[in-house]
Amino acid sequence: MSGRVFLFGNDVDTDQLAPGEYMKGGIEAIAAHCLEGIRPDFAKTVKPGDVVVAGTNFGMGSSREQAAEALKRLGVAGVVARSFAGIFYRNAINLGLPVMIANDLAGVEDGAAADLDIAAGELRLPGKTVPLEPLPDNLKAMLADGGLVPHLKKRFAAQG
Amino acid sequence: MASTLAQKIIARAAGREIVTPGEVVTVNVDLAMIHDSGGPRRVEPILQDLGVGLWDADKVVLISDHFVPGDTDEGARILELTRQWAQKRKVAFHDGLGICHVVLPESGRLKPGMLVVGGDSHSPTGGAFGAYMFGIGATEMAGVLATGEIWLKVPETILVEWRNRLQPGVLAKDIMLALCGRLGMDGGQYQAVQYAGEAITALSMQERMTLSNMAAELGGQAGLIEPDETTAAFLRSVGGDVGSWQGLKTDPGAALLAHHVFDAATLEPQAAAPHSPANAAPVTEISETLIEVAYIGACTGAKYEDLRGAAAILKGRKLAPGVALSVAPASRMDQDRAEAEGIMAVFEAAGAKILPNACGICAGYGTERLGEDVVAISSTARNFKGRMGAASSKVWLGSPLTVAASAIVGRISDPRPFLDEGAEA
Ligand code: SF4
Repeated sequence: MSGRVFLFGNDVDTDQLAPGEYMKGGIEAIAAHCLEGIRPDFAKTVKPGDVVVAGTNFGMGSSREQAAEALKRLGVAGVVARSFAGIFYRNAINLGLPVMIANDLAGVEDGAAADLDIAAGELRLPGKTVPLEPLPDNLKAMLADGGLVPHLKKRFAAQG
Repeated sequence: MASTLAQKIIARAAGREIVTPGEVVTVNVDLAMIHDSGGPRRVEPILQDLGVGLWDADKVVLISDHFVPGDTDEGARILELTRQWAQKRKVAFHDGLGICHVVLPESGRLKPGMLVVGGDSHSPTGGAFGAYMFGIGATEMAGVLATGEIWLKVPETILVEWRNRLQPGVLAKDIMLALCGRLGMDGGQYQAVQYAGEAITALSMQERMTLSNMAAELGGQAGLIEPDETTAAFLRSVGGDVGSWQGLKTDPGAALLAHHVFDAATLEPQAAAPHSPANAAPVTEISETLIEVAYIGACTGAKYEDLRGAAAILKGRKLAPGVALSVAPASRMDQDRAEAEGIMAVFEAAGAKILPNACGICAGYGTERLGEDVVAISSTARNFKGRMGAASSKVWLGSPLTVAASAIVGRISDPRPFLDEGAEA
């Protein structure tokens, strides 16, 4: 398994993800303080490939794109949640941060080894596989390319 | 299968028979609106990076409103860049004619059933015309300008029904503040909010625009109203192509996420305390809040009818000592009409300062932005901390009628006692 679970509750908001006081400091500064209000050591301990798992309405609050960008910058493999706030969901996909909906997260423990497989639509844990709602092909392709802009670049390059 | 209005518009734009809430579709955009702040200066670098031009310059409308009148070096520079871009990219450009959400409908370009994106958070305003219009950021806008397409998660519909009629002195703005108070700023859940009921169909287009505009404050993606004769008449009056709108309705039995029912007849004028539209309460319950600044402005609060209503209250009356009133008509067209009818003269006689047809104080720009500790009442849509000036300023929100009444009394006041007292100049 390539990562670990960082477990959060419901209603994680954009001000937790991208704290307002660091908004002027650029994405590095924002990422360094990502989620510190709920989990002070998050930015220091999270590693590339780790998976953020949360309850309902993840990313509620403002439309700031940095909320998704901060998680991406920290190398998070993706966010698995019961539901997402609409604008955060849009921003995440467009920035290339996988956001996956799981209907049942019972038994998922903080710190557990985890593998997020977007293509298969699964969150694999030791002795357990959590099914994720499949993404449509167009969004899968956009995520695979790293977000909207790289996706479009590829598309225009292909057209010559 | 029974469909909502939102589903019907999105299905058409996606080239599909039907679409189901929750599914992700790619839709063709019929019209894209951008303004000087989020537009050229932000999208052009991305277009350059992509190495492409506009997918269809005829489907792009550019409006300058945020940095008008360009009274700072930065503002002037941004306006210049905006003007050059309009020429280079050959798009329709409405320069200095007013706030985008008001100027776009005046241009006759919006039409029922269209799928429209706007580079501004109050883009749901287009929903008043039965168009599915929503706001997107600069990166996504660049994507739309390059391709004419955007992906969309088909929304559920939250039906907000207002039965009976509003009392005189109670406006669409009061409906929206009450809804923000009752449902909260995430009550719309980024779904399609649809307004319905006798009170809504009785409203004029400008009042409906206020409802749809503030779907943004409810957290909805769109704020729809079924098009009807009122819509068609407005579009004809601005020389627009009405198109066919008769089938653009939510079918009986279509699945809804929620259905809220309210009684318009018992709604009182509302005011929202600093720093959130959700802090709304009936003005009759707000005691003794002294104000120093009254602002009649913005896409939500300074259209022709707003001006007319506020002027009827101010006519023959004086501002309370120590109160400064500013009026920024939402568009040139609305100001011209108000001028012709003597409405602007009423504001001038009352000692109001007339500001440009632009976002101005609402976006925190211009010479009149609020100073330290100023307490204001404003006809704008949001009163977040520091938005209209100093972080220590305190902004209350109310309808233009409530703003006018408060300016006369010097504290937040119910406009209804001023409606037919008939003070003569
Ligand atoms: S008037 Fe205010 S709410 Fe309307 S577009 Fe301008 S800044 Fe936004």
